[in-house]
Amino acid sequence: MFPTPIQKRPVANQIAYKTFLPIALIVWLLPLIAVAVFSIKPDTDFTQGNYWGMPGSFEGFTNYGMVFFNSDMPRYMLNSFLITIPTVIGAVALSAMAGFALGIYNFKSNIWIFFMFVAGNFVPFQILMVPVRDLTLDMGLYNTKTGLVLFHIAFQTGFCTLFMRNFIRQLPFPLIEAARVEGIAEWRIFWYVVLPLMKPALAALAVLIFTFIWNDYFWAVVLTQGPESQPVTAGITSFNAQFRAAYHLMSAGSIVAALPPVLMFFLMQKHFIAGLTLGAVK
Amino acid sequence: MTLAPQTEIDRQGRGWYKRNEIAVTPWLFLAPAILFFAVYVIIPIFQSINLSFYNWDGLGEKTWVGLDNYVQLADDPAFEVSLWNNVKWLVFYLLAIPAGLFIALFLNQTVTGIRLYKSLFFFPFVISQVVVGLVFSWFYLPNEGLLNGILGLVGLGPINVLGDPTLATYGIIAAGLWPQTAYCMILYLTGLNAVDPEQVEAARLDGAKGWKMLWYVIVPQLKPATFIAFVVTIIGALRSFDLISIMTNGGPFGQTRVLSFYMFEKALAEFGFRMGYGAAIAVVLFLIMLVFIAYFLWSMWQEERAR
Repeated sequence: MFPTPIQKRPVANQIAYKTFLPIALIVWLLPLIAVAVFSIKPDTDFTQGNYWGMPGSFEGFTNYGMVFFNSDMPRYMLNSFLITIPTVIGAVALSAMAGFALGIYNFKSNIWIFFMFVAGNFVPFQILMVPVRDLTLDMGLYNTKTGLVLFHIAFQTGFCTLFMRNFIRQLPFPLIEAARVEGIAEWRIFWYVVLPLMKPALAALAVLIFTFIWNDYFWAVVLTQGPESQPVTAGITSFNAQFRAAYHLMSAGSIVAALPPVLMFFLMQKHFIAGLTLGAVK
Repeated sequence: MTLAPQTEIDRQGRGWYKRNEIAVTPWLFLAPAILFFAVYVIIPIFQSINLSFYNWDGLGEKTWVGLDNYVQLADDPAFEVSLWNNVKWLVFYLLAIPAGLFIALFLNQTVTGIRLYKSLFFFPFVISQVVVGLVFSWFYLPNEGLLNGILGLVGLGPINVLGDPTLATYGIIAAGLWPQTAYCMILYLTGLNAVDPEQVEAARLDGAKGWKMLWYVIVPQLKPATFIAFVVTIIGALRSFDLISIMTNGGPFGQTRVLSFYMFEKALAEFGFRMGYGAAIAVVLFLIMLVFIAYFLWSMWQEERAR
């Protein structure tokens, strides 16, 4: 193990390490701690210039109440869920199928199709922006959640297919050959043999895509406007305009907006990290 | 792929689909993904390239102008600023890789609660860049910001990071480094987990330790993690948009624009949309990215062949 386990070091070093660890964490998370503290501060703290000190009084309920009952925030949150969940289902479904095709079958153009998905996944959004916006307008889906979902499914399919295909390549191939010898139809092999083995990959992708799409800002701005269909990332900027310089409300709003992916991460941590670090070890 | 002979015989005399099942099935499975990807990703790339040779306001007729948009770009000072800022992003964003490795080494211990520490260190990556941007812009506030509070303690003057044309881009990059470092850290933590303990022990017996051990024994074994960290950081640097849009909206005096932001501004955010000009900027950005994409694909191709 590298670096040398701290247990093998002198006791003084061990104590130093254990004291420094929480300090380092607090420094690292200082921006977040600040927002959390901001979100329970009273308005007057900011007018009196007490930005970074202790809260003058606890106004958590007032501030969060304001966010939930007196702003468009719940609307934006609902939109975010209505955009994110269908995207997760769509992208995972499409890429499970595509990954199966690319992972199991050796046909001539296999590697080129695979590279098409990989390369497409890396392109800058801006080169897609104008045509995708036009297409969405033409389909009458501009400023709808559906328009955003369709694009997200398509774009995320690139990354997801890369992931699924590499995962399926690691499965024991004799299993599929055995099924074929038994005369099982190919789609049944997908459904009854491969798909159950892909559960960890499906879970990992689902949490990753949830986070990516929840946090998307660019496409939300390009394809939607207004509270009827904008997700919370875009909504928070109009929130910004509504409560100009109201740091306590902005902070409360930001925390509410950030909560779903954070919960997702802590609940599904193992899958999340497995997904992000796929390929980081041979 | 070879089939067992008896299955081949079984298939004869059945329907066309049954006979060609192995050849047809992959295409049936690929069809929906390819359709979506072609319509929303592949075709738009070519449409954008095509559009970059036209003038278009987004509504009326398109007029063919040939390379005119590109000629204009060459003389556009805002384009030059954006391009340079992209270079700065590329260079400084890569600091996330050594920083991530450093934190990973720091956390690669087995003391009580270390798992919780690891996940809390990773935390910034999960939060949307919009929120990160907001938080950092408060941190940088000219009078009330925490940064100036700290600088004040050591007797340094208040600085207005986001209001200063030369500093602002670095301020935004610093904000971007926060989640990106967390990402690189998690990649390296996974990589360190898989480092071969026998090699480490052998190197220790040979007297290697500290930096030498890290550089000659550990880092080479972390190569796959480094490759992924490199890929995601480059892509992240060239995609930077959210932070700029939230923190400075391109200002002050357009000095924090990058190509992705400038393109958006030209095509959508200004009066009289200049879609063709925007597309030309996007094409330049795409070409820069293409260099890296080609390199990534080439590396993957090498690996595929080695299997």
